[in-house]
Amino acid sequence: MTDVAFKDQMNEAGELLTADGVPLKQKLAITTRRARMRALLLTAPLIIFLVVSFVIPIGQMLFRSVYNAAGSNVLPNFAVSIQDWDEQGLPTEQMFEDFVKDMQLARKNRITGKTVGNLATRVNYEIPGTRSLFTKSSRKLSKVTEGPYKEALIKIDKKWNDPGLWIALKRVTKDITPYFYLAALDYKYDEKGDIVAADELYQIYVSNFWKTLRLSATITFITILLAYPVSYLLSTLPLRTSNMLMILVLLPFWTSLLVRTTAWIAILQTEGMANDILVFIGIIGDDNRVQMIYNQTGTIIAMVHILLPFMILPLFSVMKTIPPSYMRAARSMGATPFTAFRRIYLPQTLPGLAAGTLLVFILAIGFYITPALVGGEDGLLISNLIAYHIQKSLNWSLGAALGTILLIIVLVLYWLYNKLVGIDKLSFG
Amino acid sequence: MDRSKIKPKHLIFATACLIVFLLTGSASVVIGFVFLFGTPMFFMNELPPYATIGERVWQYVYLTICTLIFVFLISPILIIIPLSFNAEPYFSFTEGMINFDPAAYSLRWYEDILTNGMQNPLATGAAWWSDMWENAQWILATRNSFFIAFVATVLATSLGTLAALGLSRPEMPYRSAITSLLISPMIVPLVITATGMFFFYSDIGLAKTYTGVILAHTTLGIPFVIITVTATLSGFDRSLIRASQNMGANGWTTFYKVIMPLILPGMISGALFAFITSMDEVVAVIFIADVEQRTIPRQMFSGIREQISPTILAVASILVAISIVLLTTIELLRRRSEKLRGLSQA
Repeated sequence: MTDVAFKDQMNEAGELLTADGVPLKQKLAITTRRARMRALLLTAPLIIFLVVSFVIPIGQMLFRSVYNAAGSNVLPNFAVSIQDWDEQGLPTEQMFEDFVKDMQLARKNRITGKTVGNLATRVNYEIPGTRSLFTKSSRKLSKVTEGPYKEALIKIDKKWNDPGLWIALKRVTKDITPYFYLAALDYKYDEKGDIVAADELYQIYVSNFWKTLRLSATITFITILLAYPVSYLLSTLPLRTSNMLMILVLLPFWTSLLVRTTAWIAILQTEGMANDILVFIGIIGDDNRVQMIYNQTGTIIAMVHILLPFMILPLFSVMKTIPPSYMRAARSMGATPFTAFRRIYLPQTLPGLAAGTLLVFILAIGFYITPALVGGEDGLLISNLIAYHIQKSLNWSLGAALGTILLIIVLVLYWLYNKLVGIDKLSFG
Repeated sequence: MDRSKIKPKHLIFATACLIVFLLTGSASVVIGFVFLFGTPMFFMNELPPYATIGERVWQYVYLTICTLIFVFLISPILIIIPLSFNAEPYFSFTEGMINFDPAAYSLRWYEDILTNGMQNPLATGAAWWSDMWENAQWILATRNSFFIAFVATVLATSLGTLAALGLSRPEMPYRSAITSLLISPMIVPLVITATGMFFFYSDIGLAKTYTGVILAHTTLGIPFVIITVTATLSGFDRSLIRASQNMGANGWTTFYKVIMPLILPGMISGALFAFITSMDEVVAVIFIADVEQRTIPRQMFSGIREQISPTILAVASILVAISIVLLTTIELLRRRSEKLRGLSQA
């Protein structure tokens, strides 16, 4: 029937045509593609903005963790010739000549990133204690005008006779290096250039990662313990009352992070409210007040307070949708209150619990400000260590390597959040 | 049911209060006790008559725990307000403050906000005002904060709303991947973002400029705009767009007359989120900005680290007042949005 009705709107192949004679299928494909392009075009300005202001800067930082050109910048000719060395005995006279001439040129150089100091710092990362060797030799090398350069150099300092130093120099003059990742994972190169565990005194990064993960897990766990009963209460109270109590959750959420951190300093300091109350009740004496701040305790308390709303809000939104009749049904069928909770209520709150847990954990492992202000020495997290390398020690590549590892952990958790919860479920208030 | 009837629990509670008073002899402790342990009683709903004593006790314990958690949440924010009126340069309550001695309270730290950094705080009239406006450290920080936050908010809201409009279209390709990218500035640890921006902006000459800080804050505010505007658009009836086009409206008219009035509450709350994110942000400022671009949080950060004075508490109290205003605005907007979209029960 229909075949006959649409006969004049079809082509020889039997496809439906639109008014302008194009097959319907093709026309639909064009329209769909246009609609998709229009949608994409709306997001394009923001995507371009984020790529420039966010993606490229982070990508560039990640690249910095494997790229360090201090060696080849200072020793351009030596960097090329040393790569032919077979690492047996000492390098050839030609390589020594390149090294000495590059060093003499570098001594005159004042461009940031191309001075002997930059090279010395770079080598010093891999072989601690060699900094003075470079500055001293550089000074004395200015008098050396002709060969043999090998003897001249060894005469300045016997350390130049050590093949281990030259193996390190060969490594350092390569621009792409895995060294900073090794360092970030507490490994180093030994004298023969093999990868070994770093000296125990310098094994600080892996333990700091573990400490960050452990503290974040503790904080997440405490927020679950505190948020669960409160969210349950909010979800069962009448709307008016729960809206009122919600203000107590949302006001901290809206208050500046620094304000809350300041408040905790005021409360937790040795002369602060918390200690005053403890002394007043008589739990502790006035002369042995508890140190609750500038250590891990301070970090945990302040961060739990700051992150608690991020746990309460998703839990609350899930609990609101659970009908109370389920629990009553379980009870009426003979379940004890605990069994009813464990078998009926808890499983239904798992989506909210997963959302809150992942969100709080993700935010906690990246925390910087609060630990920096109330963490003292041992309450610092990995972010603080990264900031230290970027701002103070200026070992940018190591800071970038630590940052990359942290970023990978966060992105894996973010992916998991997306899989389990869905990023579009995120909401505030 | 007769609510005013005195029940055994009331008698137990009154006895407990009396014991506390006899033990400590202090009225303020009893007030605290009544507040802490009486509030749960206020919220206890009528249990069915067959509820066991165990259940009653458990409900009371549970409500007490909840009260304590609420106290934990709100007390830090409320405590700093009286502390900021401290007459002494301390971060804790003095003897006089506890006894409500008027001499123990003063506005000196609020005055310090205005005068700290002034060249001649003793001048009068117009000279004093212009000196304050030009030289007072906290005033300069406030001006910077508002300027940066305002520009960043405008940028984040306009770009974010546009993108949210695209994301909420049913035909949007790669939706989840793009959404993840747009939300990621909120997830990536601030130190990493700030470090990356520090290196990149230094290379292109944007470090230590207002532009650099504004770009950073726009980036950090975008996820909030995306989340709130897409949430508003999720309940959006798309047939309204077709109806408008049907009646001859072009793209812009449809946007201004139909879409925008409906998503405006979402846009404004997104903008407020972006604004407060910028006002509160300090990590990017530490890395990217110079002394010239100092903001309020940056000033607080160095204040806490270097020379801790109650001026910080005074600033903090003002910020708490601002967040109360913002919270109220957001709540009103949320209700209006629900009403517009027909989701509200009221």
